[in-house]
Amino acid sequence: MDFDLLMPTSAAEAIALMQENPNARYLAGGTDLVPNLRRGIGAPDILIGLDGVEDLKGISEGGDYLTLGAGVTLAELEGSGLSGRYGALSAAVDIAGPALRQAATIGGNLCLDTRCIFYNQSKWWRNANQYCLKLDGDTCHVAPKGQRCHAAFSGDLAPALMVLGAEVRVVGPNADGWKPISDLYHEDGLAHLTLAPGDLLVAVRLPVVSRDLRSGYLKSRLRKAVDFPLAGVAVALRREGDAITDLRVGVTGTNPRPLLFDGLVGGMDQGPNDDALSAITKEIGQMIKPMRTTNLPGLYRRQMVTVLTRRLITDLYDAGDRKE
Amino acid sequence: MASIVKMNVNGREQEHLIPDSLLLIEFLRDRLGLTGTKRGCDGGECGACTVLVNGKQRLGCVTLAKSVSGQSVETIESVETRGRLSRLQQAFHEKLGTQCGFCTPGMIMAAEGLLRDNPSPNEAEIKEALSGNLCRCTGYVKIIESVQAAIEPGGVSP
Ligand SMILES: Cc1cc2nc3c(=O)[nH]c(=O)nc-3n(C[C@H](O)[C@H](O)[C@H](O)COP(=O)(O)OP(=O)(O)OC[C@H]3O[C@@H](n4cnc5c(N)ncnc54)[C@H](O)[C@@H]3O)c2cc1C
Ligand code: SF4
Ligand code: FES
Ligand code: FES
Repeated sequence: MDFDLLMPTSAAEAIALMQENPNARYLAGGTDLVPNLRRGIGAPDILIGLDGVEDLKGISEGGDYLTLGAGVTLAELEGSGLSGRYGALSAAVDIAGPALRQAATIGGNLCLDTRCIFYNQSKWWRNANQYCLKLDGDTCHVAPKGQRCHAAFSGDLAPALMVLGAEVRVVGPNADGWKPISDLYHEDGLAHLTLAPGDLLVAVRLPVVSRDLRSGYLKSRLRKAVDFPLAGVAVALRREGDAITDLRVGVTGTNPRPLLFDGLVGGMDQGPNDDALSAITKEIGQMIKPMRTTNLPGLYRRQMVTVLTRRLITDLYDAGDRKE
Repeated sequence: MASIVKMNVNGREQEHLIPDSLLLIEFLRDRLGLTGTKRGCDGGECGACTVLVNGKQRLGCVTLAKSVSGQSVETIESVETRGRLSRLQQAFHEKLGTQCGFCTPGMIMAAEGLLRDNPSPNEAEIKEALSGNLCRCTGYVKIIESVQAAIEPGGVSP
């Protein structure tokens, strides 16, 4: 690693620096970027540190929205107690370990690089394996016949924010506006973010939820701390009487992008039942593509998505928000 | 590029010219000779390099030294007073919370960070605060008992 670390104090300054240095990278908490750079994944000459950028800080609630700065740390989000009202935000509690959450930010979590056991390795290891399509090589070791990278997006917050109806504000040389968080991503392990060069994620906002939107997040991983999710599911639903009148499911850890499934209420006017739940998990099953990018096989992660989705829908229906 | 970085480390003001890409753990161990902080996995996964930055747990191996300039850093070297072990250190010693000792500086700094925010944590809170710290020796039970002993009146010898 050999780079200059610039420390702008405003978003405008950070974006201007990025325009002057097209090879630079933004550095937020660095908990994803620094380990990657240390493994020779990327070699920027310049990092643009976001720590001192005031525009990215703070949590505010006003009018119809709750706004979270992209620079808010996961520890701050956890400490805000917001998961009491937005159950799915409990996704922040269990990310990585406590020391990492002090540095890790919401923006970095949403812009996390995709992951694969053939990619998140030292340069020496990857070299011995002739690298791979995602970086420095020309074959994908997961699906050698294809020309696609299947590295999985494994951030926990994206699916939770998706089911809560979040939007992101992206500011850049040619951008400034709010868009649904889903629009931040492509289904491509090589380039899964839609951000244009220089674009900075400034904030996330969610509609202030009415009391009847219940939400939660569950994930599968080998150890209960530190490990990335092998599959993560967020659910938000509205129950009116016995009926589920609104149901959204977000999935992470299975595809190069987090996925949102909306408008899934068919057959639920009497609440969750086996037929309706099977139809929902079948629909989700058609879209998710867990490949052999983790230590556990894709089939297991596929089954976990089904299990977690069913569990969350029935628990939320019965008991309200699922909290940690 | 090299920059002049000022930082308060263990109560002392430091001012050094360092490369921008120097990690906090390299700064502490190689520049300041504070080798109590250990380098384990070197990638954010084991907690051996846990120090406190402004009183909160941080990992030296994923933190750039320059990015914490102007802040206050505490390492395991800071917790004793004039040769006397801190309560946490004494408890790890007496309750066998340390075996080979490699994880111990990180464990103690993680526990120190917890106790500052929450002086009487329950078992679940202790486990949560130490969940990013790996130990290959103790099986964790003795580590949790050590933290519990440190917070109990009379839990460790005076
Ligand atoms: C051992 C370990 C375990 C982990 N476990 C988990 C886990 O369980 N779940 C999980 O979700 N993550 C996990 N992580 C990954 C990481 O810690 C978190 O995702 C964290 O939230 C990343 O945020 P950051 O601020 O550190 O990002 P950084 O590392 O600073 O940045 C990550 C990427 O986002 C870009 N970026 C950052 N901020 C912005 C912005 N505002 N605008 C545009 N681009 C930006 C950076 O350029 C970089 O490409 C783990 C990491 C480690 C080392
Ligand atoms: S899915 Fe294939 S191309 Fe992508 S990182 Fe893994 S091995 Fe490389
Ligand atoms: S050496 Fe830093 S976490 Fe392992
Ligand atoms: S005492 Fe040996 S690693 Fe913990």
